[in-house]
Order: sequence, then C-alpha cells, then structure tokens
Amino acid sequence: MVTSGDAVSPATLPTRDLVYAVLNAVKDPEVPVLSVVELGIVRDVEFAGPAVTVVVTPTYSGCPAMHTIEADIVAALHDAGIAEARVRTVFTPAWTTDWIPFAARQKLIAYGIAAPAHSVAQSPVQLRRREPVPCPFCGSVKTSPRSEFGSTACKALHYCNACMQPFEEFKSI
Amino acid sequence: MLGHRLSEWCGHGPILEEDIALTNIALDLVGEANLVLQRAGRVEGKGRDQDALAFLRTDREYRNAMMVELPNGDFGYTIVRQFLFSAYAMHQWEALSSSKDADLAGIAAKALKESRYHVRHSAEWVVRLGDGTDESHGRAQDALDDLWRYTGELFITDEVEQSLVTQKLAVDPASLMAPWRRDVADVVARATLRLPPDGYMQRGGRAGLHTEHLGIMLAEMQVVSRAFPGARW
Repeated sequence: MVTSGDAVSPATLPTRDLVYAVLNAVKDPEVPVLSVVELGIVRDVEFAGPAVTVVVTPTYSGCPAMHTIEADIVAALHDAGIAEARVRTVFTPAWTTDWIPFAARQKLIAYGIAAPAHSVAQSPVQLRRREPVPCPFCGSVKTSPRSEFGSTACKALHYCNACMQPFEEFKSI
Repeated sequence: MLGHRLSEWCGHGPILEEDIALTNIALDLVGEANLVLQRAGRVEGKGRDQDALAFLRTDREYRNAMMVELPNGDFGYTIVRQFLFSAYAMHQWEALSSSKDADLAGIAAKALKESRYHVRHSAEWVVRLGDGTDESHGRAQDALDDLWRYTGELFITDEVEQSLVTQKLAVDPASLMAPWRRDVADVVARATLRLPPDGYMQRGGRAGLHTEHLGIMLAEMQVVSRAFPGARW
C-alpha cells in the first residue's frame, strides 16, 4: 500500500494499475499466450514508496522457467520507469491451475493446448484417469492420454482419435 | 538423489514419451530437493545454501534411504522403484503439509501435487508391465523382490526425527507405513504381481551408511562443483 506522508511526491509513485498493466504484458516464456497474471503466479504487489515488490509463487518446484520469469518481471518494471523493482517468492498457498481464469483458458485452447480441468484432490492413488480431455483442435472427446508428462513440467500429452493429431494439455494441479 | 538417478535416463528411455516423463519427474524431484535443502540451510544457519548441501557433502553426510541411490537397472526396475518411492513420498508430503514450519508446509503442499502425478504415472506402468507379457511380468516381479528389502528403512524413526515429530515439525515415518502398504498392495494386486514377504530389511542409509553405489554417483553429480569451486552459471 502507498503510505501517506511519504517523502516522494505521490505523482511519481507507481500505482497498482501501472504495475498490473506492466505485468499483463509479461508472458510465460514457455506458454507465451498467457501472462504471468493469467497464469496465476502473481499473488500480490507490495508498494513501499517508489519500491515495488511483486509476490509470486512457482508453478512446479523444479520449473526452470521461474528464473526467466522473475528476470522478465524486473526488466519490464524497469522499462516502465520503476527503478526499485524486485520479486519475492512465496510457497503458500500452493499454486493451482484453478487460478487460471476462463478467458485465459480460451486463449490456451486457441493456442492449441487443452485447458486444465478443475483440480481435485486425488489421494489415495487413482489409477484410472478422469474423463477424456477434449481436443483443442477439433473439440472431440475421442482422445487418449499418451503420457502424464510433456514438453514442459506443466503439460501432458494426448492423442486425438478424431482428427488424428497429438496435442498437449495444461495439467490440472 | 532419485532426481539425479532418473536424469540418467535422459536420451535412453524406451520410448520418447517415457524419456520425457522420467526426466520430468527428475526435474520435479530436483526442484523439491532444491527447496528443502534451501530451507535446511537457513535453519542450520551456517551459511550453507542448497548448492553447498547438495554438492559439497560427502557420502557419509548423506542421509537418504538407500533405495534411491541404487542404479536404475532396466526400465521395469526404475518404474517399480519409482512407484514404491512416490507412494511413500506422497503420504509424507501430505503429512508434512501441516508441519508447524510454515515454509516446509508450503513446500510440502506443492510437492504433494507433483507426487500424485508421479504415483499415478508409475502405478499405471507397474500394472502395464506386471499384467503384460511373461517377460515384463517376470522383470517387474524380480524388481519388486529385489527392492522390497530397501523399503524397511523408509519407516524407521531416529532420535532427531522423533524430536521434530514431538515439536510437530516433522512426520513420524512409522505412521506412513499403513497407508503406503494399502496403496502398494492395491497396485501390486492389479498388476498380478506378488507382494514379497517381509524378510530381512536393509538399513543404514538414514544413518549415513550407504551402498557402494552412492560414492560413484556423487562423484559424477559433484564433479563440476568440486573442480570449479564457486563457479556460477
């Protein structure tokens, strides 16, 4: 929050609107159709005078894109004239694909990646997969899972038996 | 440890999808280790970060269960081990997600979600191999029989752990035995495999006494860090 009685003139202070406008333009390097805000990893923005701290939570523990994303956020804020920009990582609450809003899911599908289903707790072991994932290309549900893991930590592989295309799914987690 | 072992499959998986899956699991495990070691370094307060703890400890300073340092064997062996381990890890992360250490609880809540995928993936393969051809069934059963003796130490509690359990920071491994056995028995039955009898159990890893395989593995894992102290990239 911007505190009153600050030494810096309020006119020069970064606003929440400005910071979110910047963040909305920072894309996930591996799924460049989604911004870091749409991805749900931006949890908060903290203001202390001219300084801005973006609070993020990682998608997967080992996601190699997180370092790039943090650097991209800081660089974008610098470009917007915010010199004192940093990123702070929190782990609680754990990231879930439920935070990806509807409009962003439509973007994923248009990009050729099946959107994540609503996440559900899955303990004890569930051997059978849930219902088939709709193909992002033709919409058919005549699809078969190929692997729980795909080209990045956040995706799984499927095959569409209707349009005969392999496709990726943004895993529900 | 297991993340490093699995990474050895990179480029050697039986099919492309499995190559990708095993290395994705490796990535998750290394990521989880990174977070846990970072937290451990802070608690220790001696200035050791996650890299110092991963790359500068000797074999005797490692406290991992021996199961995860064993060589990969064939694909069946890797998969059966992955299932036995991930089923354990899933219950452990679930319990740790209510640790009084908020950082550890947060790491655990995230790792729990990842471990569910590891369990489901490896369990599907255990069933596919066990309930597959005579060859795959035999190899899966051999793996299960060989690995069973390494499952005992997963559930041993030592004094340090007992003290952490009392403070509600850690989970008593013994309490994970019943749910783990239930999951394992379920999948083993579906795979038409036979649960080995509980005979002699190996122990020692949790006290720093390891198999001969750990030293060789650490030599490879740590060589760059030791050859170029303080190197950054």
